[in-house]
Amino acid sequence: MNQIGHHMPDALLASYAAGNLPHPYALVVAAHISMCLTCRAGFEAHQAAGGAVLETSNAVAISGGLKSDVMALLDEPTVPAPRFERSGIYPGPVVEALRGKAPRWRSLGLGVKQSILSGGSEGSVRLLYIPPGQAVPDHGHNGLELTLVLQGSFSDETGHYGVGDLEVADQDLEHTPIADGGDPCICLAATDAPLRFTSLVPRILQPIFGI
Amino acid sequence: MLSVRDDRDREAFARLFDFFAPRLKGFVMRSGTSSGQAEEIVQDVMLTVWRKAGQFDPARAQVSAWIYQIARNRQIDMIRKEGRPMPEELQEDPETEADASQIVALEQEAGHLKTALNKLAPDQREVIEKAYMGELTHQEISSQTGLPLGTIKSRIRLGLERLRHELKDMR
Ligand SMILES: [Zn+2]
Repeated sequence: MNQIGHHMPDALLASYAAGNLPHPYALVVAAHISMCLTCRAGFEAHQAAGGAVLETSNAVAISGGLKSDVMALLDEPTVPAPRFERSGIYPGPVVEALRGKAPRWRSLGLGVKQSILSGGSEGSVRLLYIPPGQAVPDHGHNGLELTLVLQGSFSDETGHYGVGDLEVADQDLEHTPIADGGDPCICLAATDAPLRFTSLVPRILQPIFGI
Repeated sequence: MLSVRDDRDREAFARLFDFFAPRLKGFVMRSGTSSGQAEEIVQDVMLTVWRKAGQFDPARAQVSAWIYQIARNRQIDMIRKEGRPMPEELQEDPETEADASQIVALEQEAGHLKTALNKLAPDQREVIEKAYMGELTHQEISSQTGLPLGTIKSRIRLGLERLRHELKDMR
């Protein structure tokens, strides 16, 4: 395994375990945990804490019939939920977001491509494809931005990020990630607001590209 | 729980139900859910516990941690159209022997965690409860002091290391 040097902040793991993280970020957390034993342990530690809260909760009497209802239903046949396994560079949760299909890349110019997995009031999450040596368009973001490397690597003002590494950028960070040489860099990126690209694609085109 | 998982033991499941169902109901009602709806959730969660028992790994999780996660998933499903994305599951090699000392050590750590929780001042405990009931944002959580999770995290990590040979093909 490659050494992952940039991990998920603990508060995000806690919020994810509690199920209160907006969907775009939750997808990045699930993908990172799928690749990172350290953060999986952190996530499971928060589950243990949640379990301790549950176990020490006040017991509230349940209706008489509930237990027999449940016992009677144990043998009901059920359809198991589909499971999405890792496919190539894409961890299971990303494959699920892609509904098992290959990403549909849209060009952003200069060889940079994106494939939007979901976007809405909760924010957006997309795959970004950046050719070697190419810069991710200079962009600000209104809030937190999480970027997880799935293939290749990139570097910016804050450091070097390889496969499995996660960059956490808050709104104050003006950064210019540049894909390193070698394989094209493919990232999973989530923001709580539309990205504001400040070059490469004129802002007037942004609604058309959905960026 | 292990007899539920390995022997599909209904008596053991009934005991699990007796312990967890009332606590689950209390836990779910703390966030304002009505008694009737809370019982629906309890029913779904306990059925999921029975059906997914094969995924339970005592070297990595306490039963309560596992049931907590199932309960939160169920609650999220009721609120949102998109469920929560979950990490890939790690499959245990059937050849792997259960490591009893690991299981006991994890149990001890979980015991320490419960003790720590019970020792908190009421207002601190309320913050922790709110966090794990999904009532605090990640920004709010980051400004709070949490529980001491360092030792249980290392212990879980050891449980995960057992699966490492499974993992090395993943990246
Ligand atoms: Zn990590």
